[in-house]
Amino acid sequence: MENAFTIAAYVVAAVLFILSLGGLSGQESAKRAVWYGIAGMAIAVLATLVGPGTGLWFVSLVLIAGGAAVGYQLATKVEMTQMPELVAIMHSLVGLAAVFVGFNADLMINYVNGIYEAQGLVLGTVGEDGITAIGLPKETYDSLSAFGQLIAKKSSVEIGILRVELVLGIWIGAVTFTGSVIAYAKLAGGSSKLPFQVDTSAKKLPGGHILNAAAAGLSVLLLIVYLTGGGSWALVLLTLAGLFIGYHLIMGIGGADMPVVVSMLNSYSGWAAAAIGFSLGNDLLIVVGALVGSSGAILSYIMCKAMNRSFISVILGGFGGPAGEQMAVEGEQIAIDADGVAQALDEADSIIIIPGYGMAVAQAQQNVAELTRRLRAKGKTVRFAIHPVAGRLPGHMNVLLAEAKVPYDIVLEMDEINDDFPDTDVAIVIGSNDIVNPAAQDDPNSPIAGMPVLECWKAKQVFVSKRGQGTGYSGIENPLFFKDNTRMFYGDAKASLDALLNKIT
Amino acid sequence: MKIGTPKEVMKGEARVAMTPDSARQLQKLGYDCIIESGAGDAAGYNDDTYKEAGVKIVKTAAALWKEADVVAKVRPPTEAELKKSREGQLLISFFWPAQNEKLMKQAADQGTSVIAMDMVPRISRAQKMDALSSMANIAGYRAVIEAGNNFGRFFTGQITAAGKVPPAKVLVVGAGVAGLAAIGTSTSLGAITYAFDVRPEVAEQVESMGAEFVFLDFEEEQQDGSASGGYASVSSPEFTAAQLAKFRELAPEMDIVITTALIPNREAPELWTKDMVESMKPGSVIVDLAAEKGGNCKMTVMDEKIVTDNGVTIIGYTDFPSRMATQSSNLYATNIRHLMTDLTPEKDGTVVHNMEDDVIRGATIAHAKEVTFPPPPPKVQAIAAKPKEKVKELTPEERRAQELAAFKGQTKQQVTLLAVGAALVLGVGLIPGMPASFMQHFIVFVLSVFIGFQVIWNVAHSLHTPLMAVTNAISSIIILGALIQIGSTSLLITLLGALGIFMAAVNIFGGFLVTRRMLAMFQKS
Repeated sequence: MENAFTIAAYVVAAVLFILSLGGLSGQESAKRAVWYGIAGMAIAVLATLVGPGTGLWFVSLVLIAGGAAVGYQLATKVEMTQMPELVAIMHSLVGLAAVFVGFNADLMINYVNGIYEAQGLVLGTVGEDGITAIGLPKETYDSLSAFGQLIAKKSSVEIGILRVELVLGIWIGAVTFTGSVIAYAKLAGGSSKLPFQVDTSAKKLPGGHILNAAAAGLSVLLLIVYLTGGGSWALVLLTLAGLFIGYHLIMGIGGADMPVVVSMLNSYSGWAAAAIGFSLGNDLLIVVGALVGSSGAILSYIMCKAMNRSFISVILGGFGGPAGEQMAVEGEQIAIDADGVAQALDEADSIIIIPGYGMAVAQAQQNVAELTRRLRAKGKTVRFAIHPVAGRLPGHMNVLLAEAKVPYDIVLEMDEINDDFPDTDVAIVIGSNDIVNPAAQDDPNSPIAGMPVLECWKAKQVFVSKRGQGTGYSGIENPLFFKDNTRMFYGDAKASLDALLNKIT
Repeated sequence: MKIGTPKEVMKGEARVAMTPDSARQLQKLGYDCIIESGAGDAAGYNDDTYKEAGVKIVKTAAALWKEADVVAKVRPPTEAELKKSREGQLLISFFWPAQNEKLMKQAADQGTSVIAMDMVPRISRAQKMDALSSMANIAGYRAVIEAGNNFGRFFTGQITAAGKVPPAKVLVVGAGVAGLAAIGTSTSLGAITYAFDVRPEVAEQVESMGAEFVFLDFEEEQQDGSASGGYASVSSPEFTAAQLAKFRELAPEMDIVITTALIPNREAPELWTKDMVESMKPGSVIVDLAAEKGGNCKMTVMDEKIVTDNGVTIIGYTDFPSRMATQSSNLYATNIRHLMTDLTPEKDGTVVHNMEDDVIRGATIAHAKEVTFPPPPPKVQAIAAKPKEKVKELTPEERRAQELAAFKGQTKQQVTLLAVGAALVLGVGLIPGMPASFMQHFIVFVLSVFIGFQVIWNVAHSLHTPLMAVTNAISSIIILGALIQIGSTSLLITLLGALGIFMAAVNIFGGFLVTRRMLAMFQKS
C-alpha cells in the first residue's frame, strides 16, 4: 500500500513541477511558481522517505540538512554577476549525483545476481508464461531493499534494458559533470575557486574533434562489452570516456558561447535524471528529467537562433570561415568625454540603453540603474534593449538590472524594441559589441552575417561605453563604432558612468 | 605669418571677415592678425575692440594688402582689389568662380592662391567651414523677419477681446538650409507653415521643424539629392508642371511666401509665376531669396522691395546676412577660423596648402599660377547615398494568400513532426521483446517531453536565468534515486548514495533559494 501512496504523491509533485515551470511566463506569477516547485520537491522527498527509501532515515535527513546548509550559503552569498558560474557548478553536482546513482544501480544488480547465484538460481530467468521472472524465496526477497526487489522481479530482457539506461545515465552524467566544471572555470575566470585555472578562450587538444569522436566510439564499444557481461570495469572506463568528452568538448568553446553551453548542460542534467529514472523505474524522475531536458534544449535553441548559428557549430566551437573578403570599415572612431554625453542626455527625450557582458564585468549595473533613475526623474523615456545572448547566461542582463532595481517593464526584448530605434534620441551601448554590429546585416561576408542584432545605429545619436579600441570576442570589426552618429566613450564602464553621474543631477 | 582683413569695398556690405573673437583664436594658431581701420564698424566692432584682442590696425587697404600673407574677406574681390595682391599671397573669400572666371584667371596669373568659401565641399568634416550654410541660415531667419515687417498681421492666431485673429499661413519653397531656418523661425512665431522641396527625402526634416510638407501627386522616381552633393538638381518638365499646379492651388490661401530654390551654377528656376502673384490676397508678402540669381518669381526686382498692382509686396533683397552684420560676421569669421585650423596642421602660424586634402582641394580655385576650378569630385560622397528600401504595399488578397501559405507551411511542418514522432514511438513499441514495463515508462517520458516543450516556450525571455536555476533545482530530483538506494546492505552503495543525497540537497536548496532571490528583485515601476 505504501507504494501506491508514493506514486500518488509523485503525481502531485509532477503537477506542481509543471506548474512551477509554467508560472515563469510572467514576473509576478513566477514568484508564486517557485513555491510550487519547492512544495513539489518537499512532497517528493517525503513520500520517498516514508515509502521505498525506508532504510537509514536519520542519516538521509542529516545529509539533506548538511546539503541545505551548503546550498543556503551558496545561494545567499552569490553576486548576481556570478549567476552563470553558480548555475554551471550546480549542474556539475547533478551530473555527479547521476553518476553515483547509476553506479549504485549496477552494484545492486551485481548484488542481487550474487544472491540468486547463492540460491542456485539465475537472475532474470522467466517462468512458463515467458514474462514473469522466477522469484526468490519469500524471506530472501523481503530482506532486499526496495530497489533490490525491483531488480529481482525483472526478466533478463528488462535487466538488459535497465543496464542500457543506467549506462546512458552515467555517461550523460559524466559529460555533464566535467563539462559543467570546465564551464564554471571559464565563466569564473580569475575568481574561480577551483584548484586549477582554465583558459577562457577556445582550446583543443591536438586531434580536436577526432578525439571526441574516438571517445564516443570507445563508449559505444564499452557499452557492448558491459552488456555482454564485461563487468563493472567496463562501466568505469565508460565513465572515464564520458568525463573526457565533457572536459574536451567544453574546453573547445569560447567564453562568449557559454549561454549555449550552460543551457545545453542544463538539458543534459535533465536527460541524465530521466535515464536514471528509467533504470530505477521511477516515473517522477522521468517526468522531471524530461521537463528539465526539454527546457534546456529550448533555451539552447533560442540562444543559437539569436546568434544565427547552428547548434552543432556552437558545440563544435569556433566560427566557420568567412565566405569572402569582409567589408573594410571606413572612417574613424570619435571619442567623447562625460561632459558631451551628459549634454546629449540632457537634451534627449527618449533613451535606450543596451547593456552587455562588459557591464557585468565592470559591475556597473548599479550605476546604470542610478543613471536611469535620474533620467526618468527628469521625465525622459528610458528603456533597455536586451539581446537574447547578451551576457553569459540566458536572461543574465535581466537579472542584473533587476538586482539594481531597474523596473522590469522598461526592460524589453530585441523584437519588442528594435523598431523603436529610429524614434530614439540617444542609444547608449554599455559593454556590448557583436549584438550591435551592423555588419551582421550589411556585410554578407561577415562571420556573423544574418545574426539578428539591435539596430541601435538608427538612433539619432549612439554612445558606446567601451574599454578600448579592441574588437569583440569574435574578433570582428564593428562598423557601428565608425558611424557618423556614434561617439566612443572610452574607459571602464563603471568609472565612465561614475563620471557621467557627476554631471547629471 | 600675418592674416589681414580689409574693409569691404562693396557698398552696403556690413560684414567683416575677422572678429575680435576669431582673431584671438587665430593668434592661438600662431598667426599675427591685422585689420584695416574701420573694417568692423558696420558689424559693431570698432578698432578699439580689435586692439584689445591684439589685432594690429592698419590705416589703408593698400598697406594691409601689402603686409598680410593671408587676406580674409567676405565679398569676392574687385578687380582693383585683386591687383593689390601679390604672388604667393593667399586670399580667402566668397568668389563664385563659375560667374567670375575672368577674375579667377587674373588671380592665377598673378600667382595669388584663392580659396573660395562658396566652394567648400558639402561633407560632414567640412561643415564647420561651410559659410554658405551659415549665411543661408541667417538669410532664412531674416527673410521671415523682413516678411513680418511688411506683413500687416500677426503670425500667430489669437482670440482677443477685440476679436479673432487668424494665424498667418506661410509657404516656404525649397527646404535647404535657408528654407529650414525660415520654417523654424516662422513656426516659432506661430504661423501655420507649409514647405515644399523637389527632394522628397527632406520631408522628414521639414516635419521635424514643425511644418507640413506639401506632397505632389506625382509618380516619377525623383532623383535623390544626395547624388548631387546634397543640392537640388533640375527636374523634368512634367514634374515642374505638377509642381506649378500645386502652387497655383495654394497661392490664394498663402499670406507669406518665401522662395529659396537655387540650383548650383544655374539661373534660379521660376516657381512663383505672375498669375500666382495675382491670385494672392492684397497685403501678402513674397520674399525671394533667389533674387541674386534672377529670382524664383520673375516679378522680383533685385535688391528692392516692390508692391504689385494687387497689393502684394515682393522683397528681392540680396543682403540679408549683411542686414544682421554682427551675427553673420561672427559665424563667417568662425568659418574662416576653422578653415585656417585645417590649413595649419602644426599650429605654428604657417599655411600648409595641402592639395591632397579633399576639403582644401575642393575650395581652392587658383593655386601655384594655375586655375584649379572646377575641382575633381570629392572622394567621399556627401550623404551616404543608400537607396531606400521599398517595402511593397501588399493588397489584401496577397496578404491573405501569404497568411494562408504561412498557415499551410506551419501545418505541414507540424504534421511532419507529429508523423516522425509517432513513427519513432511506434518503432520503439515494435521492437521484438520490448517489455511492457519499459513502454509504460516510455510513454510517461514522451508525454513529459511534450509538456515540457509546451510549457517552456511560454517562459518570458527575461526570466531565463531564473528558469535555469529552477530547472537546476528540480533536476536534483535525482535525490530520490539516492534515497531509495541508501538503505542497502552494501557499504559502497550506501556511501555513494549518501554522497548523491548530499550533493542533490545542496542543489535543491541552493537552486530554489537563488531563484527566490532573483525573482524578488524583479519589480514593476
